[in-house]
Amino acid sequence: MSSILVDAPTVLRGDIASRQSTRGSINVIETAAAWLLGILWVLPLVYALWTAFHAPEYSTRFVLSAPWTLANFINAWHAAPFARYFLNTVMLVTMVLIAQLVLVTLAAYAFARFRFPGRGLLFALVLVQLMIMPDVLIVENYRTMTLLGLKDTILAIGLPYVASAFGIFLLRQTFKTVPRELDEAARIEGCSPLQTLWKVYVPLARPTYLAYALVSVSYHWNNFLWPLIITNSVEARPVTVGLQVFSATDQGIDWSIITAATLLSTGPLLIAFLLFQRQFVQSFMRAGIR
Amino acid sequence: MTRTKEWLYGWLLLLPAMALLVLFTHYPAVANLWHSFYSTPRGSRQAVFVGVDHYRQLADDPIFWQALSNNLWYALGTIPLSIALALMMAAWVNGRIAGRSVLRLAYFTPTILPMIAVANIWLFFYTPEYGLLEQFLRLFGVPTHNWLGSQSTALPAMMVVAVWKEAGFFMIFYLAALQSMSPHLAEAAAIEGASRWYFFRRVTFPLLMPTTLFVLVNAVINAFRLVDHVVVMTRGGPDNATALLLYYIYEIGFRFWDSAYAAALTMVLLVLLGAAALAQFLFLERRTHYQ
Repeated sequence: MSSILVDAPTVLRGDIASRQSTRGSINVIETAAAWLLGILWVLPLVYALWTAFHAPEYSTRFVLSAPWTLANFINAWHAAPFARYFLNTVMLVTMVLIAQLVLVTLAAYAFARFRFPGRGLLFALVLVQLMIMPDVLIVENYRTMTLLGLKDTILAIGLPYVASAFGIFLLRQTFKTVPRELDEAARIEGCSPLQTLWKVYVPLARPTYLAYALVSVSYHWNNFLWPLIITNSVEARPVTVGLQVFSATDQGIDWSIITAATLLSTGPLLIAFLLFQRQFVQSFMRAGIR
Repeated sequence: MTRTKEWLYGWLLLLPAMALLVLFTHYPAVANLWHSFYSTPRGSRQAVFVGVDHYRQLADDPIFWQALSNNLWYALGTIPLSIALALMMAAWVNGRIAGRSVLRLAYFTPTILPMIAVANIWLFFYTPEYGLLEQFLRLFGVPTHNWLGSQSTALPAMMVVAVWKEAGFFMIFYLAALQSMSPHLAEAAAIEGASRWYFFRRVTFPLLMPTTLFVLVNAVINAFRLVDHVVVMTRGGPDNATALLLYYIYEIGFRFWDSAYAAALTMVLLVLLGAAALAQFLFLERRTHYQ
């Protein structure tokens, strides 16, 4: 893994450098192939958009003059407590993100700038979670949550993910690039280690925080299996589970409403993505280079 | 700062994260092994030690073997294809191509959507007779076919969904790597008269090796970790043709409530992931020291 780590700063700088550089020119056949693939890639989405914005009789018939309608969205919104599901999801992602940021910052600081016995071993123990994620430990975590009396709460959905190995790893890399001189200057000024963290390290790591936040929010907005298992009431269900409950039960095969509900539940994230495309893509890049 | 004080600081800073990590990652992994040797407690019946009974049951369980082989085929089918596509996409949107940013967006968007939403959309896409796929194939006179409903096509149909969802995600990492590569390499190659394909094969691809390995590891994890689409689209059917390992664990653990047997099944998954971790560790350390 080590050489990928070393690459990180180069990659981010390279992004700017290569903008003016010569790139391989691409011939017509390849351009056509790229576009064909692009069309294939958006086709399911366009299809879903078509169905969601048209009356059921047009859901599988493509007539350009078909009237557009918002009725499916309105029906879907009233057919299930989506407002509550959204609230739950927003509470979930906010809670998880805030807790993650605090814990991950402290742990990354310890690993980046403190020497203590057991550091290597503890770091290895953190890295274990990169491979064995809470996603696969559903049986035992369900048992633990039952013991803690947290079953069917939003807290239970988020808690296993709070100590994020990925976040610790990512932030540790960033903290390590902070010049020691800045750290020492702060100490000479009389800052305690925590004050130094807050005044020197955290501000310098802002891009990493943004990247991590976007990745975390989209991960938890989209997470499904664990929330499905640990929740069984409207009060705790996030929107992904709500959507599944909605489309699996009494809807029969009314695809217009189901696709409307599907787009509805992904809407906020999708709109945020379209608006902040560049930041999203760069965040994912930054987060991936570890 | 004295040495002891520094030790204390280090440990205290780590404490909250470590505590949660142990509680929800290390403890469950160990407890899982422990519980797999006991029976499932039911009502007033306590769990009793049963030794390796669950592992014997597992060895004789045809659905387990099918889920395992499904999962391996699924991994084999999705990983190379999505990596190859990702690489191709990255090469295209990194070069001078008409509508570059639109293409980039088109490739990347599936990544942002939740798998469950994607699964709903694809379920509709695959609908017998009315779905877009069927309508399209009808134009070419292909007889109607229930893609998710028949044994032979259900798993490949799920693989298509996974490739569609993941390729754009992996593309991002290749794009990042390509953008970090020195343009002088391409210039030099062009002066020497090397063909694009030759340049790709002999320069770009080897230089992308660390990224490929990174993506590979992620792809392997995802192939075993992500089963949301199975829950939505097929529930493992028809006749277990699309049951993946984690989905089978979910069924045993939370539909049949046999937590002890589910624990034994989870051990198999943990061993697979552990093996992947080990392979990554040994392989990555060795193969990526060219820079």
